[in-house]
Formats: sequence, structure tokens, C-alpha cells
Amino acid sequence: MNVHEYQAKELMAQFGVPVPKGGLAQTTEEAVDVARGLSGDVFVVKAQIHAGGRGKGGGVKVCRNLDEVKDAAASILGMHLVTHQTGPDGKLVHKVWVEEGTDIARELYVAVVLDRGAERLAVMASPSGGMDIEKVAEETPELIFSTRMEPGQPIWDFQCRQLLFGCGLDAGQVRQGTKMLQALVTMAMAKDATLVEINPLAITGEGKLIALDGKINFDDSALRRNPDIAELKDPTETDPLELQATELGLNYIRLDGNVGTMVNGAGLAMATMDVVNMAGARAANFLDVGGGANEEMIGKGFEIILTDPNVQAILINIFGGILRCDVLAGGVVSAAKKIDLRVPLVVRLEGTNVAEGRKILEESGLAFEVAASMSEAAAKVAAVLGGQK
Amino acid sequence: MSILVNKDTRVVVQGLTGKEGMFHAEQMIAYGTNVVAGVTPGKGGQSVLGVPVFNTVAEAVKQTGANVSLVFVPAAFAADSACEAADAGVALVVVISEHIPVMDMIRAKAFLNERGVKMVGPNCPGIITPGECKIGIQPGYIHKPGTVGLVSRSGTLTYEVVHQLTSAGLGQSTCIGIGGDPIIGLNFVQLLELFRNDPGTEAVCLIGEIGGDAEERAAAVVAAGYPKPVFGFVAGLTAPPGKRMGHAGAIISGSKGRAQDKLAAMEAAGITVVRALGEFGATVAKTLK
Repeated sequence: MNVHEYQAKELMAQFGVPVPKGGLAQTTEEAVDVARGLSGDVFVVKAQIHAGGRGKGGGVKVCRNLDEVKDAAASILGMHLVTHQTGPDGKLVHKVWVEEGTDIARELYVAVVLDRGAERLAVMASPSGGMDIEKVAEETPELIFSTRMEPGQPIWDFQCRQLLFGCGLDAGQVRQGTKMLQALVTMAMAKDATLVEINPLAITGEGKLIALDGKINFDDSALRRNPDIAELKDPTETDPLELQATELGLNYIRLDGNVGTMVNGAGLAMATMDVVNMAGARAANFLDVGGGANEEMIGKGFEIILTDPNVQAILINIFGGILRCDVLAGGVVSAAKKIDLRVPLVVRLEGTNVAEGRKILEESGLAFEVAASMSEAAAKVAAVLGGQK
Repeated sequence: MSILVNKDTRVVVQGLTGKEGMFHAEQMIAYGTNVVAGVTPGKGGQSVLGVPVFNTVAEAVKQTGANVSLVFVPAAFAADSACEAADAGVALVVVISEHIPVMDMIRAKAFLNERGVKMVGPNCPGIITPGECKIGIQPGYIHKPGTVGLVSRSGTLTYEVVHQLTSAGLGQSTCIGIGGDPIIGLNFVQLLELFRNDPGTEAVCLIGEIGGDAEERAAAVVAAGYPKPVFGFVAGLTAPPGKRMGHAGAIISGSKGRAQDKLAAMEAAGITVVRALGEFGATVAKTLK
């Protein structure tokens, strides 16, 4: 689960990481009020959406007075902010974060990340802050310093010193940075974060370290034991159909095609999406109704797929394992009869009792296309769509 | 021949008395697996499906000689269960449970590594040596004894591939679902090494998916010299970046974890790559015959 910059900063501040003073605003008036309560004569107005590259897209503005804050907030609130991470339609900005401007002498990068290969947390730092860190890693790998945490051990001071002296900090800054890195690790472990990133981490003209941005990914599997984190979820950041699917207990991701897919199991669902796309059609979604699909889940799957107005055909691909194909076929027929199926349906069943299952589909009186293999299913979907044009 | 499990394997099921645990244990017993014990804290002394239940894994191992544990407990307790099994001295822990927090797995994996205990999973269908021993939730009947080894990050996708192999007349030595999480037990590389030394395995299939670099690491092993033909498939070739495709580990982040890079690494290593899933079984059959 992702959170907004302002939420990340508030959480980091709770763990002792210095962040600029600021406040959240949903209207231009609120933005001006927040700025009026801050000290200094420079303010920064920042769009709050779950995407990087906000500055380049016009979502971050530095202001010299309250009028400029008002103008900045007016232009950012309600805009569809397009960045390299939002897709071409951008994301609607509902909130801005207004904070005190910082006198920046240098910009660093620091992060705590899950290192999958090493099976532990890693802590990274780079003197090349404020830039796309993947690019830095690719072009100047010598400017990325990293250290791995031993499971069950704290991050020791020496590890932080190695990273921070590596970045060229002086002794006083290294002391501040050590505290900060230890706070970030403590937070990651306490709140089950698999990524904590500060980019940039500023060193001010006075030599103080302060986090100018914050990005945190939380482990979805641990939200139950972190109810305070689960509460930070912003429903406006998720596709409404995906939200509805989550409530139905379905694993659904909306895509931009017109073939609805319904599959049991995530890996097979992904492979089915690939097969559809490679056959020249476009999948409208990824949908895993669970390894042990049943009539109820198939019914819910229909409900969610048909809510998407782009869907012009549906492909059901089910591998009947422990659950038999005849039972599954009965489920598909019964679920299809309960809804108004306005689009062609291709069903591919495989597994236990497959012959009985296909017979049930064929004798259902419903206009199913039955496919015997994945390749045939995709070809039939493409043919059905072609025939409509 | 096979790897890791066979007809002599003695299985203890942690969570045997739960609904899922009992259902799948029954299927395993029907398949011929030696399920020798169950463990549910507080239910020691009972008997389920004719199998004695113990309060602790240590007790179960002592009384029954169990050497492999199957973990079938809710996610919040699964890491603890895996550690308990490792501490009791089993050689292999198979964890079916999904949604186990990553931080728990980091600690549990280190605990198992210190004791030299292997793990399959979590969030996986399990391991099966066809005709001898099924430990997990796989539909047993789609498998057939034979000489093709199979390793997969997915569940039903594995069944699809196994079914295609069996339909093409190719049996399997051992099939392992290694799981769809970011941190797992045995991986492609370790299993390739086990299959390398198994005289009963003539070819190996790797069924991967987007996310992480497990496929690239496997390709490096094959590129360095592998004595048996290897076949590869990667799910998610058309997956959009930044979206978790069902499995916690199946996500393209930035430029990392893309299917096309994995397929390219596999091809460069001499692995026979199958892009259209529907042709997997036929491709393996054509090459081996």
C-alpha cells in the first residue's frame, strides 16, 4: 500500500526524522491559511498524488508570498497531473501540502528497501539526491552506497557512518544522518514498510539534515496488525472498480482493453491476459477469482467485469483441480443465467471431469463458445470481437 | 528417482485440525502420502483421519519420526510454525499459507538457514513426487511419474503446465511450487542444482513470472553449464508496470522484474523459451523425443 507524501512525512516525524513545517489544504483558502501560519518568506505548494515526477508535471511550486501561494494552489488543485508514473490521463489532484521553504545547500538520497535477493532490508544512500535514482544507479553506480541489515540486528552506527561519509558529509552531519537512518529503519520494522525513500534529503545552508520528500510502501499482508497504517489508505487513489472488487474479495486489476478475463489463480490469470494480448485482442482486466473457484466467486467476477463499459467479450479460463469441472461448469451456467450477459462469452475449462463440464456448458442453452485449449480460447475471443465490427 | 520427497517421506501437518488442513491432508493420504502426525496446540492427544495430533512439532517428531512438515496455519502464525518445525529437526518445511508479512519471513528464513532446514513456499501449492508423495494442495491426478522436473512460482499455472506435460505423454520426477512471495524458501537456482544431481530427472521446466530476478539468476546457472535441457515460461509479458499481479512478489518496479528481460536472459543461456503457454507441453515433448 502506498501513502501520500504528507502522510509519509507525518509518520517519519513521529519517529524523529526532521521534516519542514507544513499543513494540508483542499482549497486555495486553506492553502493560504496554512502558509500564513508558517514562518519564513518562501513556501512550497505540492500536489498530493501517488506518483513520482510531480515537479516536472507542474505539481510543485515555490512561492515568495501569500498571493503566489493562492495562485499556485488554484492552479494545482483540480488539475489532472501527468507524470511518467501516472499514465497519459494523469491523476486528479484533491489535496496540496503547503510547507516552509528550505535553504538547500545539497541534496542527498536515502532509502530503506527490501532486498529480495539477500532476503533482508538494505539501507542505501547517494550524494546524487533529487534525481531519478534508477538512472543514477545505471549511469554512476559508484555514487550509490548500500549496506544490508542482519535479520534481528539493529542498523549499527558504523553502517550509517560508512554510507554517510561515503556521501561526503562532515562529522556533524554524519551524526544527524545516523540518527535519521536509524529512525527510518525503526519505522520500517515497526510499521512493516518494504520501501522508505527520502529523495531529496536536504542539507541546509546551516548544515542541518531535513527530509524534503517522503515515499513509503507498506506490506499489504501486514496491514491487519498496523491498523493506524491501514487507515492512511486514500480510496481516491484506487480505480473504483478495483475498490469494489476488493470488497467482493476478488483480485482485480483494471486494464485498458475490451476483453474481460476471469481466471482461477494469479499466475494463470496473468498468463491468460498475455495470451489474449498476444492473439491481437486487448485484455480489459486481470482477475483472479481464487485457486478454488466456485459459483459464488464466478458470479462476483461477472458482476465486476460487466461494470466496465469497455468490455465487449469475456473469456473464462478455469483449471479445475481439487474442484471438478462439472461443478465449475454448473457454477458458470448458473451465474450467467442470473445476470444479463450482454457480451459474448468464451469458456475454456480444463482439469478433472472436463468432458462432463464441457457437456454442461454446451447443453446449457446459453450462447457460450467452448474452447479446448488456451490458444483456441484466445483465437475464439479474437474471432468473436472481429465478427462484431 | 526424485528430489526432496519420496515414498519414505514422513509428513507432519501443522494445522491438521483446521478445515483446510483436514481437507487437504485427506487428499494427501488418499494419494498415498505418509501423513504420520498432526500438530495443533491444545489438541494434543486427539486423532484426526486416523492420524495422531500433538501439541508441539517437537513431540510429533519424537513420537512419529516425521521428517517433513506441512504448514497449513493462518498467515499471522505461519512464520512461527515454520520456525517451530525447523527447531524440531525436520529436514524440509512446506508452507502453503499466503499473506505472511515480509518482516516475519525475513526472520523465519534466517532462523531456518541457521539450522540448515530447507523450505518450500510460502504462498505455494507444495511439492509432489508423482506416484509417491504429495505434500500440498495440488490435484494429484494430473501428475504422472516420469523424468521431467518442474519448478514454478505459481499455483494453477503449474497445474496447467503439468497437465500439458502429462497429456503429451511426459511424466514428472518432482514438481515444486516455490511460491509467489518476495521472500521464499528454495528458489530456481537451488532446485536446478538438486535436479542436476538427480539421475531420475532428464529435463527441467522453469515457470516464472514478473518481479524480482529469480529467472535471471537461474539463467546464469544454466549459462555456466547445465547437463540437462531446460525449458522456460514467464507469465506477465504484457503486464503493466507498478501493478501487483495477484502475487505479492509479482510486480514490475521501475525497470526491474520485466518478463521480456527474463525471457531474453533465459534464451541467451540456452533455455528453450515458450512464449505461448498453450504450446508448452508440445514444445517439451518435441524436443525430448
